[in-house]
Amino acid sequence: MKSFLHSTLKLFVATTLASTVMATSLLADTKEKFQVAWTIYVGWMPWDYAQQTGIIDKWAKKYGIQIEMVQVNDYVESINQYTAGKFDGCVMTNMDALTIPAAGGVDSTALIVGDFSNGNDGIILKNKKKLSDIKGQSVNLVELSVSHYLLARGLESVGLKEKDIKVINTSDADIVAAFSSKDVTSLVTWNPQLSEIAGMKNASLVFDSSKIPGEIIDMLVMNTKTIEENPKLAKALTGAWYEVMALMKKGDESALKAMATASGTDLAGFNAQLKTTMLFHDASEAVKFTTSDALPKTMQKVSQFSFDHGILGDSAKNAAYVGMQFPNGKTYGNQSNVKLRFIDTYMKMASDGTL
Amino acid sequence: MKRLINHRPSRANALWMGVLPFILIGIVYLFASHARLAENPDDKLLPSFTQIVQTMEKSALTPSKRSGEILFIQDTLASLSRLGLGVLISALLGLALGIPLGLIPLVRSGLSPFVAAFSMVPPIAILPILFIVFGMGEVAKVALIVIGVTPLIVRDLQQRVEEFSREQLIKAQTLGASTWTLVIRIILPQMLPRLLDSVRLTLGTAWIFLISAEAIAATEGLGYRIFLVRRYLAMDLILPYVVWITLLAFLADFLLKKFTCKLFPWYETKERA
Repeated sequence: MKSFLHSTLKLFVATTLASTVMATSLLADTKEKFQVAWTIYVGWMPWDYAQQTGIIDKWAKKYGIQIEMVQVNDYVESINQYTAGKFDGCVMTNMDALTIPAAGGVDSTALIVGDFSNGNDGIILKNKKKLSDIKGQSVNLVELSVSHYLLARGLESVGLKEKDIKVINTSDADIVAAFSSKDVTSLVTWNPQLSEIAGMKNASLVFDSSKIPGEIIDMLVMNTKTIEENPKLAKALTGAWYEVMALMKKGDESALKAMATASGTDLAGFNAQLKTTMLFHDASEAVKFTTSDALPKTMQKVSQFSFDHGILGDSAKNAAYVGMQFPNGKTYGNQSNVKLRFIDTYMKMASDGTL
Repeated sequence: MKRLINHRPSRANALWMGVLPFILIGIVYLFASHARLAENPDDKLLPSFTQIVQTMEKSALTPSKRSGEILFIQDTLASLSRLGLGVLISALLGLALGIPLGLIPLVRSGLSPFVAAFSMVPPIAILPILFIVFGMGEVAKVALIVIGVTPLIVRDLQQRVEEFSREQLIKAQTLGASTWTLVIRIILPQMLPRLLDSVRLTLGTAWIFLISAEAIAATEGLGYRIFLVRRYLAMDLILPYVVWITLLAFLADFLLKKFTCKLFPWYETKERA
């Protein structure tokens, strides 16, 4: 019995040690190299191109650091990994930046505001032509995503409430197959699935993000502490991004073709997706958008939507629980809990040509 | 000097040793969670036990703001009824196919290769087809479980029937039993406990298919809830749900075992002999 107790004690000490090691490794902060996660989407393909052609390496070298762009297959998973501290940055929409890292207490900064969806997200009805016909239907979509937000904004525009419909959570990967199923009568999704479904028989696109321009924003989000401690990282990433933007503005066919192939479509398909994406080719346009009065208003709407759907976390007592900061001293919400920051510092440097 | 293999723990010690791994996991979790929360009090990855309890109180005791129903109960009932229906259909199909496949050479030659090949089709890979055939509703979810589980049960039962003692069958035949009598009076009663065994073994698989189906399209269910809140990393809900699923699976297994013992006492004693 004595030896049993003894070994139990040993085991206990060992587990305690192991758990401490585990906990510290989860917190580990020292790194020689920076990793940024990206997922396939028209507005984020420039990151892949920058990595493939060595543009990232060139800028990283200029600032004496190393940057690796890591492709993650699952969008939500990439944000979760970033939130858990596995990546220094990650591409995501404004709403996901607010509800996943920021609501999870990870102070995040939108380093580059790349584009906003200008028709890339849409509501499709089967055999019906008007958005108001959606009343009483079951709507298939990825619940609590920007699709859900778009639906809420769409319903608002025709005087309906979420109570008037029924939401069915449906994985984005299966939504194209879902439309062919007879019990699916309406859905909300984004590109490339959106254009795939909109082209089907009986499908009509009744509402899309071009009706709420500037509200679904695609951006590169970085850990605030990391870029404050390593401004070189922010400079290198911004430099690389606008180098690719310049190529795209010129309509550089080889660059566009490479991005099209990497996203699984052809040049025509990629151009069609670009048409519904308001990409900020010039850093000055992005600066203008980020410093506009519209952005805080949009984020307020997004925050309210997120709070109403319970995705700001349990500690949130109201929509202003997560504080936000915008350039020129504008703020929103709880200033003692600022977790999402929009800055124009580095985009401004790009537009001034001082990177 | 007593050898290690002859050491038997007392009842109290055995109990303590059985509980120990659970306690250790709890302690490891507490340490890791505490370390992360000290760094960032809003961290969602490893929530504290208090946070988990609060979230579960909300989900299991308070009616939801949106629908007025208690989500935890609603999810559990939805999942259990899908699982129960799927497993029941699979068991009946397993019985209806497994016995003739094992017993009747003509059926075996005709169907066995097909069943063997069909059991190798990964159901998840044909999901888009399932949606189009069965729609996106309840039928598709139950169908996914049935398609995933039935081949396993059929093949298991087929083997059990093939292993059946030839002497008994010949004896019955010399006493004048027809094929039908053989099935009803000899094979079926002895196969029922084996079917229950087979169901127990496939329960884990059935849960996987249930959760996958709910992850893809649903409005309620345990798998649905996990995949929904995964979007904002709500581990305070995911972790207790996983524990609950494990507990339900464990209970189902335990009850099936008790049921087998009660209904077929001869089977259990034979097993032990």
